[in-house]
Amino acid sequence: MATWKEETVKVAGSELVVVRGGSGKPLLVLHDEMGYTGWMGWNEELAKGRELIIPLQPGFGKSPRLDWAWRHRDIANFYQNMIRELNLGKVDLLGFSAGGYIAAEMAAANPEQLASLTLVGPMGIKPDKGEIYDMFACTINTYLRASVADQENEFKNIYGGEMSPEQFELFEDARAESARIGWEPYMFNPSLPALLRSAANVKLPTLLIRGSDDGIVPEDCIRKYKEALPQAQVVSIAGAGHRVEIEKKDEFVAAVKKILA
Amino acid sequence: MQIAHFTERPIRYVPEAPVLQNRAFFGVSNKYFDAEKSAHDYNFYLDEACYCEEVGFDAVAINEHHGNPFCSGNVLTTEAAILARITSKVKIVLIGTPLPVIKHPLRAAEELATIDIISRGRLVSGWVRGAGSEQFFNNANPAYNREMFNEAHEFIMQCWTREGPWRYEGKHFHYRHVNPWVKPYQKPVPQQWIPGVLSPETILWCAEKRYPYLGLGTALGPTCDMWDMYADKAAELGYQAGPENFGYLLPVFCADTDEKAQDLGRGFIFGGGQNAFSRPEHTLPPGYNSKAAIRMLANQPGGSWLGVSKAKMMAGQEDSWDASAYEGLRQKLIKGYEKVQENLQVVVGSPETCIKKITDILKVIRPGVFTVFAVQGNVSDKDRLRSVELLGKEVLPAVRAFGKQQDLQGPFDRFPGSVKLAPGTKRLPVVDRAALAALNLP
Repeated sequence: MATWKEETVKVAGSELVVVRGGSGKPLLVLHDEMGYTGWMGWNEELAKGRELIIPLQPGFGKSPRLDWAWRHRDIANFYQNMIRELNLGKVDLLGFSAGGYIAAEMAAANPEQLASLTLVGPMGIKPDKGEIYDMFACTINTYLRASVADQENEFKNIYGGEMSPEQFELFEDARAESARIGWEPYMFNPSLPALLRSAANVKLPTLLIRGSDDGIVPEDCIRKYKEALPQAQVVSIAGAGHRVEIEKKDEFVAAVKKILA
Repeated sequence: MQIAHFTERPIRYVPEAPVLQNRAFFGVSNKYFDAEKSAHDYNFYLDEACYCEEVGFDAVAINEHHGNPFCSGNVLTTEAAILARITSKVKIVLIGTPLPVIKHPLRAAEELATIDIISRGRLVSGWVRGAGSEQFFNNANPAYNREMFNEAHEFIMQCWTREGPWRYEGKHFHYRHVNPWVKPYQKPVPQQWIPGVLSPETILWCAEKRYPYLGLGTALGPTCDMWDMYADKAAELGYQAGPENFGYLLPVFCADTDEKAQDLGRGFIFGGGQNAFSRPEHTLPPGYNSKAAIRMLANQPGGSWLGVSKAKMMAGQEDSWDASAYEGLRQKLIKGYEKVQENLQVVVGSPETCIKKITDILKVIRPGVFTVFAVQGNVSDKDRLRSVELLGKEVLPAVRAFGKQQDLQGPFDRFPGSVKLAPGTKRLPVVDRAALAALNLP
């Protein structure tokens, strides 16, 4: 088992709680809109060759909220200054769902800062076909269940059983902060496809991963990301929902390891 | 004291089954909308307000909701503008303009001032944050709800009192040229009464602004606690709160006999009543509540907030609900109807019954504004008007006499916040807890 620790750092004018584990070149991981799930099987696998650096998004309960932040783009700017101030060098970046949206904003603003970009079921671009599932118009449990095709196995271990008051509060913090920065337009930036030209111009190595049964982010979002980033590789993982890293850990890890190699 | 009549102006023809199947009023498809029947209802409710004036109410109160057959008022200023012209004495009480939801405080300032001008100073301008479901309907970011409420309110006060033109650059609102050529008739501004369901943040805000707070059918025990909180804050700020700082809205339905009233009063639980206003996920959108309120909900699995328990929040939409079983549900609702009457949260009966229960309640919470909330559901024009008549001619005189005996000064009898309290002086009680204990509520 890789050792990981949670530490508070002072970066970009704020305190930030960061989970760090494993060793090797840094892999910056941005969690999704419901918050950090905890150290799981896929973290363990990837930490064998890399140091995982997982900031707990400001306003999600542990790291203080950035009062000046209005949009996911602003969180992206904050993380870019975190990379500079922690002297992480050129990092590989992995973002899930709304964390993928932030990662894409980072790639659009300054692709030179990144060694590679992996987006898993990324929000951030409005699909022409279908809609991004509205996380705000349903209960916590409804959203969690909609995010997987299979509610058994690792999902059940994480989300099954009674929710503690602390976990309930963390989820509500995550939902509130996600609303604050992503309510309207809902979880996309209309400028993002055009802004991504900078990442296309420098041919930033990019991987787009999607579960074939993703009920949260429509397939058309991936198509539009691919259109904006023609250099991207697309991997579809059969039988998985939105949370491929939970449901199809081995396929997910294999795909990510390939781009990191 | 001031006595008001309030109605949600329910869509009376909406069938109950789709409401029960949807588990809420909010979200029932507008395919059931019937223009002819609604034309009748909108006109009837305006006429009903005129009749309230005729039989002796001091005020008529209206509100607005969106996407919801529980209430047909969608844009309350349009109805209030008509009332301004067709009534002549009553105060027109708006409870209230949902500031964060309409997202255009300059226009609100103009509309409300127009109503105050046409009515020659009869507007009482209440403000609300808008129910949770309103945030969805209007796409108003719930995480900024309170910020937008505060900013819009401050801006409207400036619109009403400051000489223009001037420029406004706020956080949520921006106007290049503020110079509305309509200002309120009442100087400096109309009275502002704030309705609520016991959010401590709102109560403290009201105490700071010296605005009367109107409890919307809130349970008597917690209402006493919150009014003490208001009065403590008032004392801190150097004034003695009194009945003029408090209002209470109570569902009341009156008929010639108790039996008939019981029968028609069931309209209060039509479709599940107020608890079925919207589903939990729409009642508490993300960021709409303070962190303190969320923590309270998280740590009280048995407790609830706005009728939403943590258990309900946790449930998936597909959980523990058989949509076809609404016959059984109706039976459950009827039991609930008896319970809310025992708790004195709904008053239904002949004039004698209503007088007894209303005065019992007023003795405890001592409000200067008393508002009756007319029945919901499919109650005929005739029965509604008879209720208004009995209230006006038989119940109101008795309630007024009781108010006088108890010295329940309304905000138009004594200006809220005008009774000074010297620093260090112990404030007077604002509620009667002995009277509450004597009621022996379940």
